Amino acid sequence: MGRVVSDLGVIAVLGDPVRRRLYDYVTAQDHEVSRGEAAAATGIQRPLAAFHLDRLAEAGLVEVTFRRTTGRSGPGAGRPAKLYRRAAGEHQVSVPPRDYRGAAELLAGVVDMIGGEQELQRAARSRGAAAGRSALRNAAETEQGSRPAGARDAEAGDRDRLTGALAEQGYQPYPDGPEIRLRNCPFHALADRYPPLICGMNLALLEGLIEGAAVTGMAARLDPRPDECCVVMTSSKNNEH
Amino acid sequence: MTHWPGGWSDGRVTGYQLAQLNVGRPRGPVESAVMAGFMSRIEPVNALADAAPGFVWRLQDGDGPGAVWESLDALRDFVYRNGPHLDFMRRRREWFHRMAEQHLVLWWVPAGHRPDLDEALHRLDLLRRQGPGPLAFTFREPFGPLAAESRSRAAASLR
Repeated sequence: MGRVVSDLGVIAVLGDPVRRRLYDYVTAQDHEVSRGEAAAATGIQRPLAAFHLDRLAEAGLVEVTFRRTTGRSGPGAGRPAKLYRRAAGEHQVSVPPRDYRGAAELLAGVVDMIGGEQELQRAARSRGAAAGRSALRNAAETEQGSRPAGARDAEAGDRDRLTGALAEQGYQPYPDGPEIRLRNCPFHALADRYPPLICGMNLALLEGLIEGAAVTGMAARLDPRPDECCVVMTSSKNNEH
Repeated sequence: MTHWPGGWSDGRVTGYQLAQLNVGRPRGPVESAVMAGFMSRIEPVNALADAAPGFVWRLQDGDGPGAVWESLDALRDFVYRNGPHLDFMRRRREWFHRMAEQHLVLWWVPAGHRPDLDEALHRLDLLRRQGPGPLAFTFREPFGPLAAESRSRAAASLR
Protein backbone atom coordinates (compact mmCIF):
# COMPACT_ATOMS: atom_id res chain seq x y z
CA MET A 1 0.00 0.00 0.00
CA GLY A 2 2.74 2.45 -1.02
CA ARG A 3 0.12 4.84 -2.37
CA VAL A 4 -1.57 5.18 1.00
CA VAL A 5 1.76 5.91 2.69
CA SER A 6 2.67 8.65 0.20
CA ASP A 7 -0.78 10.27 0.57
CA LEU A 8 -0.29 10.16 4.31
CA GLY A 9 3.00 12.04 3.84
CA VAL A 10 1.21 14.68 1.79
CA ILE A 11 -1.54 15.12 4.33
CA ALA A 12 0.96 15.23 7.21
CA VAL A 13 2.24 18.49 5.65
CA LEU A 14 -1.08 20.01 6.74
CA GLY A 15 -0.38 19.09 10.36
CA ASP A 16 1.17 22.51 11.00
CA PRO A 17 -1.69 24.85 11.99
CA VAL A 18 -0.27 27.88 10.11
CA ARG A 19 0.15 25.84 6.97
CA ARG A 20 -3.37 24.52 7.36
CA ARG A 21 -4.77 28.06 7.57
CA LEU A 22 -2.87 29.05 4.44
CA TYR A 23 -4.08 25.93 2.62
CA ASP A 24 -7.68 26.59 3.60
CA TYR A 25 -7.40 30.19 2.43
CA VAL A 26 -5.73 29.50 -0.93
CA THR A 27 -8.07 26.62 -1.86
CA ALA A 28 -11.17 28.66 -1.04
CA GLN A 29 -10.26 31.48 -3.47
CA ASP A 30 -11.43 31.79 -7.07
CA HIS A 31 -8.13 33.40 -8.10
CA GLU A 32 -4.40 32.78 -7.81
CA VAL A 33 -3.13 34.08 -4.48
CA SER A 34 0.06 36.10 -3.96
CA ARG A 35 2.30 35.69 -0.90
CA GLY A 36 1.26 39.12 0.33
CA GLU A 37 -2.46 38.38 0.07
CA ALA A 38 -2.08 35.02 1.83
CA ALA A 39 -0.04 36.61 4.61
CA ALA A 40 -2.58 39.39 5.15
CA ALA A 41 -5.54 37.01 5.08
CA THR A 42 -4.05 34.67 7.69
CA GLY A 43 -2.47 37.40 9.82
CA ILE A 44 1.16 36.29 9.54
CA GLN A 45 4.38 37.86 8.21
CA ARG A 46 5.04 37.60 4.49
CA PRO A 47 8.33 35.61 4.75
CA LEU A 48 6.64 33.06 7.00
CA ALA A 49 3.72 32.75 4.55
CA ALA A 50 6.20 32.32 1.68
CA PHE A 51 8.00 29.55 3.57
CA HIS A 52 4.82 27.58 4.31
CA LEU A 53 3.27 28.16 0.86
CA ASP A 54 6.40 26.67 -0.70
CA ARG A 55 6.17 23.62 1.62
CA LEU A 56 2.54 23.18 0.43
CA ALA A 57 3.70 23.47 -3.17
CA GLU A 58 6.48 20.90 -2.68
CA ALA A 59 3.91 18.46 -1.33
CA GLY A 60 1.71 19.10 -4.39
CA LEU A 61 -1.15 20.49 -2.32
CA VAL A 62 -1.06 23.83 -4.15
CA GLU A 63 0.25 24.74 -7.60
CA VAL A 64 2.60 27.60 -8.39
CA THR A 65 2.49 30.03 -11.31
CA PHE A 66 4.64 33.05 -12.04
CA ARG A 67 3.07 36.17 -13.43
CA ARG A 68 3.98 39.82 -13.69
CA THR A 69 1.25 41.65 -11.87
CA THR A 70 2.36 45.09 -13.13
CA GLY A 71 1.37 44.46 -16.76
CA ARG A 72 4.87 45.50 -17.89
CA SER A 73 7.36 43.14 -19.49
CA GLY A 74 10.96 43.13 -20.59
CA PRO A 75 13.96 44.49 -18.66
CA GLY A 76 12.95 46.72 -15.77
CA ALA A 77 9.54 45.15 -15.33
CA GLY A 78 10.71 43.42 -12.16
CA ARG A 79 10.54 39.79 -11.20
CA PRO A 80 7.26 38.01 -11.87
CA ALA A 81 5.20 37.35 -8.74
CA LYS A 82 4.87 33.83 -7.39
CA LEU A 83 1.19 32.91 -7.21
CA TYR A 84 -0.53 29.92 -5.61
CA ARG A 85 -3.76 28.09 -6.38
CA ARG A 86 -5.39 24.80 -5.40
CA ALA A 87 -3.87 21.71 -7.01
CA ALA A 88 -5.99 19.37 -9.11
CA GLY A 89 -4.80 16.18 -7.40
CA GLU A 90 -6.77 14.55 -4.62
CA HIS A 91 -5.44 12.71 -1.58
CA GLN A 92 -7.15 10.20 0.59
CA VAL A 93 -5.87 8.47 3.63
CA SER A 94 -7.54 5.58 5.33
CA VAL A 95 -5.97 3.76 8.21
CA PRO A 96 -6.26 0.81 8.07
CA PRO A 97 -6.32 0.81 4.23
CA ARG A 98 -9.77 0.95 2.62
CA ASP A 99 -10.69 1.32 -1.03
CA TYR A 100 -14.16 2.81 -1.21
CA ARG A 101 -13.37 4.54 -4.48
CA GLY A 102 -12.65 1.25 -6.23
CA ALA A 103 -15.94 -0.10 -4.91
CA ALA A 104 -17.76 3.09 -5.98
CA GLU A 105 -16.40 2.81 -9.52
CA LEU A 106 -17.54 -0.78 -9.78
CA LEU A 107 -21.00 0.02 -8.44
CA ALA A 108 -21.35 3.06 -10.72
CA GLY A 109 -20.36 0.91 -13.69
CA VAL A 110 -23.06 -1.61 -12.84
CA VAL A 111 -25.78 1.02 -12.29
CA ASP A 112 -24.83 2.49 -15.66
CA MET A 113 -24.87 -0.93 -17.32
CA ILE A 114 -28.26 -2.00 -16.00
CA GLY A 115 -29.79 1.45 -16.59
CA GLY A 116 -30.60 2.09 -12.91
CA GLU A 117 -30.22 5.89 -13.06
CA GLN A 118 -33.73 6.68 -11.89
CA GLU A 119 -33.45 4.35 -8.88
CA LEU A 120 -30.10 5.92 -8.01
CA GLN A 121 -31.64 9.40 -8.25
CA ARG A 122 -34.50 8.40 -5.95
CA ALA A 123 -32.08 6.97 -3.39
CA ALA A 124 -29.86 10.05 -3.63
CA ARG A 125 -32.82 12.35 -3.11
CA SER A 126 -33.86 10.67 0.10
CA ARG A 127 -30.26 10.60 1.37
CA GLY A 128 -29.98 14.33 0.65
CA ALA A 129 -33.31 14.97 2.39
CA ALA A 130 -32.07 13.18 5.52
CA ALA A 131 -28.94 15.35 5.59
CA GLY A 132 -31.13 18.43 5.04
CA ARG A 133 -33.45 17.53 7.95
CA SER A 134 -30.43 17.10 10.19
CA ALA A 135 -29.16 20.56 9.16
CA LEU A 136 -32.61 21.97 9.92
CA ARG A 137 -32.60 20.44 13.42
CA ASN A 138 -29.12 21.78 14.14
CA ALA A 139 -30.11 25.25 12.97
CA ALA A 140 -33.27 25.15 15.13
CA GLU A 141 -31.19 24.27 18.21
CA THR A 142 -28.74 27.13 17.73
CA GLU A 143 -31.51 29.62 16.93
CA GLN A 144 -33.62 28.85 19.98
CA GLY A 145 -34.34 31.91 22.04
CA SER A 146 -33.52 34.37 19.27
CA ARG A 147 -36.20 36.83 18.19
CA PRO A 148 -38.81 35.83 15.61
CA ALA A 149 -37.45 36.42 12.11
CA GLY A 150 -39.08 38.70 9.54
CA ALA A 151 -39.57 37.64 5.93
CA ARG A 152 -36.24 39.12 4.86
CA ASP A 153 -34.44 37.43 7.77
CA ALA A 154 -36.16 34.16 6.98
CA GLU A 155 -34.78 34.27 3.45
CA ALA A 156 -31.29 35.04 4.70
CA GLY A 157 -31.69 32.30 7.29
CA ASP A 158 -32.64 29.84 4.55
CA ARG A 159 -29.53 30.73 2.56
CA ASP A 160 -27.29 30.43 5.63
CA ARG A 161 -28.78 27.08 6.54
CA LEU A 162 -28.32 25.79 2.99
CA THR A 163 -24.74 27.10 2.80
CA GLY A 164 -23.94 25.43 6.13
CA ALA A 165 -25.44 22.13 5.02
CA LEU A 166 -23.51 22.27 1.72
CA ALA A 167 -20.23 22.99 3.51
CA GLU A 168 -20.95 20.08 5.85
CA GLN A 169 -21.21 17.80 2.82
CA GLY A 170 -17.87 19.05 1.44
CA TYR A 171 -19.11 21.21 -1.48
CA GLN A 172 -17.27 24.48 -0.60
CA PRO A 173 -20.22 26.79 -1.40
CA TYR A 174 -19.80 30.46 -2.29
CA PRO A 175 -22.32 33.15 -3.19
CA ASP A 176 -22.38 34.36 -6.80
CA GLY A 177 -25.01 37.10 -7.00
CA PRO A 178 -28.36 35.49 -6.23
CA GLU A 179 -26.89 32.02 -6.81
CA ILE A 180 -24.90 29.70 -4.60
CA ARG A 181 -22.16 27.95 -6.55
CA LEU A 182 -20.03 25.03 -5.42
CA ARG A 183 -16.27 25.17 -5.78
CA ASN A 184 -15.71 21.50 -5.02
CA CYS A 185 -17.24 18.36 -6.48
CA PRO A 186 -17.16 15.71 -3.75
CA PHE A 187 -17.53 13.01 -6.41
CA HIS A 188 -15.00 14.42 -8.87
CA ALA A 189 -13.18 11.25 -10.03
CA LEU A 190 -16.43 9.32 -10.41
CA ALA A 191 -18.21 12.23 -12.11
CA ASP A 192 -15.37 12.36 -14.61
CA ARG A 193 -15.93 8.73 -15.51
CA TYR A 194 -19.73 8.60 -15.47
CA PRO A 195 -20.89 12.20 -15.97
CA PRO A 196 -24.65 11.84 -16.52
CA LEU A 197 -24.94 9.13 -13.87
CA ILE A 198 -22.99 10.92 -11.14
CA CYS A 199 -24.10 14.48 -11.96
CA GLY A 200 -27.70 13.22 -12.00
CA MET A 201 -27.12 11.57 -8.62
CA ASN A 202 -25.53 14.75 -7.29
CA LEU A 203 -28.42 16.92 -8.49
CA ALA A 204 -30.91 14.59 -6.80
CA LEU A 205 -28.87 14.66 -3.56
CA LEU A 206 -28.91 18.46 -3.56
CA GLU A 207 -32.62 18.68 -4.43
CA GLY A 208 -33.18 16.42 -1.44
CA LEU A 209 -30.96 18.59 0.73
CA ILE A 210 -32.91 21.75 -0.15
CA GLU A 211 -36.19 19.96 0.52
CA GLY A 212 -35.05 18.37 3.80
CA ALA A 213 -33.59 21.66 5.09
CA ALA A 214 -36.95 23.34 4.27
CA VAL A 215 -35.22 25.98 2.15
CA THR A 216 -37.89 27.83 0.19
CA GLY A 217 -37.16 29.93 -2.88
CA MET A 218 -34.02 28.03 -3.92
CA ALA A 219 -33.73 25.28 -6.52
CA ALA A 220 -30.83 23.16 -7.76
CA ARG A 221 -30.04 22.78 -11.45
CA LEU A 222 -27.25 21.44 -13.64
CA ASP A 223 -24.89 24.14 -14.87
CA PRO A 224 -21.34 22.75 -15.11
CA ARG A 225 -18.41 25.16 -15.07
CA PRO A 226 -14.76 24.18 -15.48
CA ASP A 227 -13.23 22.84 -12.25
CA GLU A 228 -16.42 23.28 -10.25
CA CYS A 229 -19.35 21.14 -9.20
CA CYS A 230 -21.95 20.59 -11.97
CA VAL A 231 -24.82 21.86 -9.80
CA VAL A 232 -25.77 25.44 -8.94
CA MET A 233 -28.43 26.65 -6.49
CA THR A 234 -30.54 29.39 -7.99
CA SER A 235 -33.38 31.45 -6.68
CA SER A 236 -36.58 29.76 -7.80
CA LYS A 237 -38.48 33.06 -7.62
CA ASN A 238 -38.38 35.23 -10.71
CA ASN A 239 -36.26 38.32 -9.98
CA GLU A 240 -38.63 39.84 -7.50
CA HIS A 241 -36.10 42.36 -6.19
CA MET B 1 -7.31 16.44 -21.56
CA THR B 2 -7.58 12.97 -23.00
CA HIS B 3 -4.93 10.28 -23.07
CA TRP B 4 -5.50 7.37 -25.37
CA PRO B 5 -3.55 4.50 -26.89
CA GLY B 6 -1.19 5.65 -29.58
CA GLY B 7 0.14 8.65 -27.66
CA TRP B 8 -2.41 11.27 -28.78
CA SER B 9 -2.52 13.72 -25.97
CA ASP B 10 -5.37 16.04 -26.80
CA GLY B 11 -8.72 15.64 -28.48
CA ARG B 12 -7.72 17.31 -31.76
CA VAL B 13 -5.96 15.65 -34.70
CA THR B 14 -4.69 17.71 -37.63
CA GLY B 15 -6.51 16.82 -40.86
CA TYR B 16 -9.24 14.90 -39.07
CA GLN B 17 -12.61 15.57 -37.54
CA LEU B 18 -14.61 13.44 -35.16
CA ALA B 19 -17.83 11.76 -36.29
CA GLN B 20 -20.44 10.51 -33.83
CA LEU B 21 -23.60 8.43 -34.01
CA ASN B 22 -26.07 7.78 -31.23
CA VAL B 23 -28.94 5.30 -31.45
CA GLY B 24 -31.80 4.79 -29.01
CA ARG B 25 -34.97 2.75 -28.56
CA PRO B 26 -37.72 5.27 -27.63
CA ARG B 27 -40.31 4.27 -25.04
CA GLY B 28 -43.14 5.38 -27.31
CA PRO B 29 -44.01 6.94 -30.67
CA VAL B 30 -42.93 10.55 -31.18
CA GLU B 31 -46.44 11.88 -30.54
CA SER B 32 -46.96 9.87 -27.31
CA ALA B 33 -47.16 11.46 -23.83
CA VAL B 34 -44.07 9.56 -22.63
CA MET B 35 -41.96 11.21 -25.34
CA ALA B 36 -43.40 14.73 -24.90
CA GLY B 37 -40.53 15.88 -22.65
CA PHE B 38 -38.00 14.61 -25.15
CA MET B 39 -39.75 16.11 -28.17
CA SER B 40 -40.03 19.53 -26.51
CA ARG B 41 -36.29 19.54 -25.74
CA ILE B 42 -34.70 18.06 -28.84
CA GLU B 43 -34.85 21.22 -30.97
CA PRO B 44 -33.47 23.66 -28.37
CA VAL B 45 -30.73 21.19 -27.47
CA ASN B 46 -29.82 20.73 -31.15
CA ALA B 47 -29.71 24.50 -31.50
CA LEU B 48 -27.29 24.65 -28.54
CA ALA B 49 -25.12 22.00 -30.21
CA ASP B 50 -25.09 23.90 -33.50
CA ALA B 51 -23.84 26.98 -31.65
CA ALA B 52 -21.34 25.10 -29.44
CA PRO B 53 -17.58 25.57 -29.97
CA GLY B 54 -16.24 22.88 -32.32
CA PHE B 55 -19.55 21.82 -33.87
CA VAL B 56 -19.13 21.16 -37.62
CA TRP B 57 -22.13 19.44 -39.15
CA ARG B 58 -25.24 17.39 -38.33
CA LEU B 59 -26.40 14.17 -39.98
CA GLN B 60 -30.07 14.90 -40.68
CA ASP B 61 -31.08 11.41 -41.72
CA GLY B 62 -32.56 8.41 -40.01
CA ASP B 63 -32.56 6.68 -36.64
CA GLY B 64 -30.39 8.66 -34.37
CA PRO B 65 -28.53 11.89 -34.01
CA GLY B 66 -25.18 11.90 -35.78
CA ALA B 67 -22.76 14.77 -36.16
CA VAL B 68 -19.23 15.82 -36.98
CA TRP B 69 -17.16 17.81 -34.46
CA GLU B 70 -13.74 19.46 -34.61
CA SER B 71 -12.28 17.33 -31.85
CA LEU B 72 -13.02 14.76 -29.20
CA ASP B 73 -12.71 17.37 -26.45
CA ALA B 74 -15.18 19.72 -28.19
CA LEU B 75 -17.77 16.93 -28.41
CA ARG B 76 -17.15 15.79 -24.85
CA ASP B 77 -17.47 19.35 -23.53
CA PHE B 78 -20.85 19.69 -25.17
CA VAL B 79 -22.18 16.26 -24.22
CA TYR B 80 -21.09 16.28 -20.59
CA ARG B 81 -20.41 19.91 -19.65
CA ASN B 82 -23.28 21.79 -21.27
CA GLY B 83 -26.01 22.28 -18.63
CA PRO B 84 -29.13 21.65 -20.74
CA HIS B 85 -27.49 18.73 -22.59
CA LEU B 86 -26.24 17.14 -19.37
CA ASP B 87 -29.76 17.47 -17.98
CA PHE B 88 -31.06 15.79 -21.13
CA MET B 89 -28.57 12.92 -20.59
CA ARG B 90 -29.56 12.63 -16.94
CA ARG B 91 -33.19 12.08 -17.91
CA ARG B 92 -32.63 9.83 -20.93
CA ARG B 93 -34.06 6.69 -19.26
CA GLU B 94 -37.45 8.42 -19.03
CA TRP B 95 -37.54 8.44 -22.82
CA PHE B 96 -35.31 5.61 -24.01
CA HIS B 97 -34.99 1.95 -23.14
CA ARG B 98 -31.69 0.79 -21.80
CA MET B 99 -29.70 -0.94 -24.52
CA ALA B 100 -27.54 -3.94 -23.76
CA GLU B 101 -25.40 -3.15 -26.80
CA GLN B 102 -23.26 -0.08 -27.45
CA HIS B 103 -25.47 2.83 -28.50
CA LEU B 104 -22.82 5.47 -29.20
CA VAL B 105 -19.93 5.24 -31.63
CA LEU B 106 -17.14 7.70 -32.44
CA TRP B 107 -14.73 7.58 -35.36
CA TRP B 108 -12.30 9.90 -37.13
CA VAL B 109 -13.08 11.20 -40.61
CA PRO B 110 -10.80 13.22 -42.91
CA ALA B 111 -11.58 16.91 -42.34
CA GLY B 112 -14.44 17.95 -44.62
CA HIS B 113 -15.87 14.44 -45.02
CA ARG B 114 -19.60 14.11 -44.33
CA PRO B 115 -20.50 10.54 -43.34
CA ASP B 116 -23.88 9.12 -44.40
CA LEU B 117 -26.09 6.88 -42.27
CA ASP B 118 -24.68 3.72 -43.91
CA GLU B 119 -21.16 4.62 -42.91
CA ALA B 120 -22.28 5.51 -39.39
CA LEU B 121 -24.18 2.25 -38.89
CA HIS B 122 -21.17 0.36 -40.23
CA ARG B 123 -19.00 1.88 -37.53
CA LEU B 124 -21.56 1.10 -34.85
CA ASP B 125 -21.66 -2.49 -36.05
CA LEU B 126 -17.86 -2.65 -35.99
CA LEU B 127 -17.80 -1.34 -32.41
CA ARG B 128 -20.42 -3.87 -31.35
CA ARG B 129 -18.57 -6.78 -32.99
CA GLN B 130 -14.95 -5.95 -32.17
CA GLY B 131 -15.03 -3.53 -29.23
CA PRO B 132 -13.34 -0.12 -29.21
CA GLY B 133 -10.47 0.36 -31.66
CA PRO B 134 -9.07 3.06 -33.98
CA LEU B 135 -11.94 2.60 -36.47
CA ALA B 136 -14.79 2.79 -33.97
CA PHE B 137 -14.53 3.79 -30.33
CA THR B 138 -16.23 5.36 -27.32
CA PHE B 139 -15.69 8.28 -24.94
CA ARG B 140 -14.47 5.90 -22.27
CA GLU B 141 -11.97 4.21 -24.59
CA PRO B 142 -10.89 6.69 -27.27
CA PHE B 143 -8.30 6.04 -29.98
CA GLY B 144 -6.34 8.24 -32.37
CA PRO B 145 -6.77 7.73 -36.12
CA LEU B 146 -4.79 4.97 -37.80
CA ALA B 147 -1.48 5.82 -39.42
CA ALA B 148 -1.75 6.22 -43.21
CA GLU B 149 -0.14 2.89 -44.11
CA SER B 150 -2.56 0.83 -42.00
CA ARG B 151 -5.59 2.82 -43.15
CA SER B 152 -6.00 1.16 -46.55
CA ARG B 153 -5.70 -2.28 -45.01
CA ALA B 154 -8.31 -1.34 -42.44
CA ALA B 155 -10.61 0.08 -45.11
CA ALA B 156 -10.40 -3.25 -46.92
CA SER B 157 -11.30 -5.10 -43.73
CA LEU B 158 -14.40 -2.91 -43.35
CA ARG B 159 -15.95 -4.24 -46.53
